[in-house]
Amino acid sequence: MRVITEADIDEIALGAAVLGTGGGGDPHVGSLIAKRLIRLHGPVRMLGVDELTDDDFVVPVGGIGAPSVSVERIMAESELLAVLDGIERGTGRKPTAVMPIEVGGGNSMIPIAAAAIAGLPVVDGDAMGRAFPEAQMVTYHLAGYGPGTTVLVDHHGNEVISRPVDGAWSERLARAVTIEMGGGATMVDYAYPGDVARECAIPETLTLAKRIGGILRGRDALGRELRDDERIDALCADLGAIRLFDGKVRDLQRAVDGGFTRGAAELDGVGAVRGSAFRLDFQNEMLLARRDGELAAVTPDLIAVLDLATGMPITTDAVRYGARVAVIAIPCHEKWRTPEGLHTAGPQHFGYDVEWTPVEELAANKKEAL
Amino acid sequence: MAAYRIGIDVGGTNTDAVVLDEDLAVVASVKRPTTADTGDGVADAIDAVIDAAGIDPTLVSHAMLGTTHCTNAIVERRGLGRVGVLRLGAPATTAVPPLEGWPDDLRRAIGEHVHVLSGGFEVDGRRLAEIDEDAVRAACDSMRGRVDAVAVVGVFSPVDESQEQRVAAIVEQELDVPVSRSSRIGSLGLLERENATVLNAALMQTLKQMATGFVAALRARGIPATPYFGQNDGTLMQLEYALEFPVLTIGCGPTNSIRGAAHLSGASDALVVDIGGTTTDVGVLVGGFPRQSAHAVEIGGIRTNFRMPDVLSVGLGGGTIVRDGGAALGPDSVGYRLPQEGLAFGGGTLTATDIALSVGAARIDGVATPAVDGEVTQTAWQGIRSLLEDTIDRMKPSAAAVPVILVGGGGIIAPDELDGVSDLIRPDHFGAANAVGAALGDVAGQVEKIYRVEATESGRRAARDDAARDAVERARLAGAAPSTIEVVAIEELPAAYSDGQQVLIRARAVGRLS
Repeated sequence: MRVITEADIDEIALGAAVLGTGGGGDPHVGSLIAKRLIRLHGPVRMLGVDELTDDDFVVPVGGIGAPSVSVERIMAESELLAVLDGIERGTGRKPTAVMPIEVGGGNSMIPIAAAAIAGLPVVDGDAMGRAFPEAQMVTYHLAGYGPGTTVLVDHHGNEVISRPVDGAWSERLARAVTIEMGGGATMVDYAYPGDVARECAIPETLTLAKRIGGILRGRDALGRELRDDERIDALCADLGAIRLFDGKVRDLQRAVDGGFTRGAAELDGVGAVRGSAFRLDFQNEMLLARRDGELAAVTPDLIAVLDLATGMPITTDAVRYGARVAVIAIPCHEKWRTPEGLHTAGPQHFGYDVEWTPVEELAANKKEAL
Repeated sequence: MAAYRIGIDVGGTNTDAVVLDEDLAVVASVKRPTTADTGDGVADAIDAVIDAAGIDPTLVSHAMLGTTHCTNAIVERRGLGRVGVLRLGAPATTAVPPLEGWPDDLRRAIGEHVHVLSGGFEVDGRRLAEIDEDAVRAACDSMRGRVDAVAVVGVFSPVDESQEQRVAAIVEQELDVPVSRSSRIGSLGLLERENATVLNAALMQTLKQMATGFVAALRARGIPATPYFGQNDGTLMQLEYALEFPVLTIGCGPTNSIRGAAHLSGASDALVVDIGGTTTDVGVLVGGFPRQSAHAVEIGGIRTNFRMPDVLSVGLGGGTIVRDGGAALGPDSVGYRLPQEGLAFGGGTLTATDIALSVGAARIDGVATPAVDGEVTQTAWQGIRSLLEDTIDRMKPSAAAVPVILVGGGGIIAPDELDGVSDLIRPDHFGAANAVGAALGDVAGQVEKIYRVEATESGRRAARDDAARDAVERARLAGAAPSTIEVVAIEELPAAYSDGQQVLIRARAVGRLS
């Protein structure tokens, strides 16, 4: 896939929903925006991370705010060009490529839409390899880069350009502005020359999302047709992911505060794991998975909840009592497995008193114990 | 003097009708083929069931119709009205105009009179933009004579419906067509609510024709009954209300069958397995009502935000074709041709019904046991059992064995004992459960609104009371007797990315028919 056409969007969006690990917002609205703008302005050229030159100026574009606002007060088309104009005004540099800040959820789609309308290429990579709730949870931060010049625009044409001193300040300022803008805005941060993007971006994540989407729509990487009940296993094989658990949601606590959907789901095992109990903790994203009280997977590794029958990803907002789901864990990118990565997005940051252990290791230990 | 009610369910293959007495006991039930002109099939079924019940038609006080007519109109793009769409959301929302992502043929059927105008609210209740009344009038001018109905859709109208009300009033003044307002139809999620509102507007004529035929059929037989329509949540609405909200009839079929099963069996918590000619639909009965699906529902290729019963369908029915020495079941079926093509009926096709007859689990009057190889019979019978057991297991709310109510015309193919089932109930009149469900007399009103409240107990209570009052009023409008209306659910969900003073409140009230 060297260009992204209208026909590619649904598969990328589906894969992005899996990588969103329950958060990141429903890519549906974003996919409609991307498809429409590709239809009007033509397919989007995709650039590999390694193809970026030092002369490039790579601009991550995304939506910030409550998913529930973004599906009701949908963005103005003008925000996409306005935010690119804003970063040019704020830095004096003209964007040469757009990039997703996070491949998980709706923010996979906004950069593709922006690239289409601006006639720019989109970078096949992102700064998370998944979705995370806070602005500093990006690979740029891990490598010691700050947010740089940030731009927030809204549907009225308001433009807020700021230079926060670090990622935490960027998050704090952006959140305050976003609330005033009505709970949602379009944002650029971590805009850097091509050499920095080459150093920091997690490569090939749009391609990855498309591959995931393809498998869940019943076609593996070789183009073979997959039955409904083969899809989740095929996905795990392709991603090196681990199918942690099949279960039925027995209990659910969920509360929304400060922009986060926090809670936990308790599952009863079905099929081969009948009799086992499973617990998922989430804060927008699925962050912690335990089986019979023992750690099974924890952030920054990816925990995705899929409909057991269809393989379709389920968001934390849509998990409900009685749902039959498969829980899979995908090893996160190695950038997150460093001390800095774990400090930024590991279990302690989210208030969980557990030590991060690679999901592969947890699975191997489990196997040994059996 | 005795009073009766008639329930009618118009399905794709059959039209079922029942007569219930005052105690809601079934007096008679009949099944007739659905006709191309659904009105004839309905009239035919009414005649037959009145005759079978042996009652005086003037004693029928209520007549309820459940129909897939509106669903089929959308799926087949047939008989839909032309709709003008006025979205109040500019300068926001322009990245996705109305009808974006709709199938082309449906878009053509409905027409492309789409306007995104200034207006809408923010999540915190601030005005996104003022409405521009001149622009609304100009849009009306451009649509005059070209649309049969208008949909008015405002951003965050569930928070504040005043702009929608004002614009609807202008449209009614300018154009002599009915108007659908989105805050009356759906909840948050602009596109899903807008889609539902546009479909609702497009169906106004469709349902009106059906309703006219239904009422004419009743009156021609001297039946004075008040007509009602079934809606997707298992409750009824009065004719006038149904004509305003025809889209709410979508999905009433499975709901009626689950509600009917509950009534016929007396159970309130169970799985309902509805075996028809081609498919088996399994639904979940919780507290006497169907468990609702949590997912966005697609109708004819369009995302909507309807609450539909959570139903799992598998390709197993009385007409399911059995192949490969019994190892392959369907998924195709001889459907309504079973009485001609099934082996036991002198046809040449081995069906699930033949297997049930051959194994001795079912008997049909006047039909001999077909000659089927014993091994084939056993293999297929085991296959039917496994498929049913697996489907039931997938819908069970917990690992414990559950009671199962078996309904539908194909119910005879189910074994008497199934794993994971505590009690298999085959109620009388099980073949007409959907028509019984249609005839049951509850009506509901539902509301979902965002409130800005002080973070105090009294502030929250005031908001909840307001939502409850609104739900009760909607139930009354739908035909519930005021003295019987009860608020059955109030749900409070804090809105995300806000300062914590906003709550989304969902309230639902249900009452008996007045």
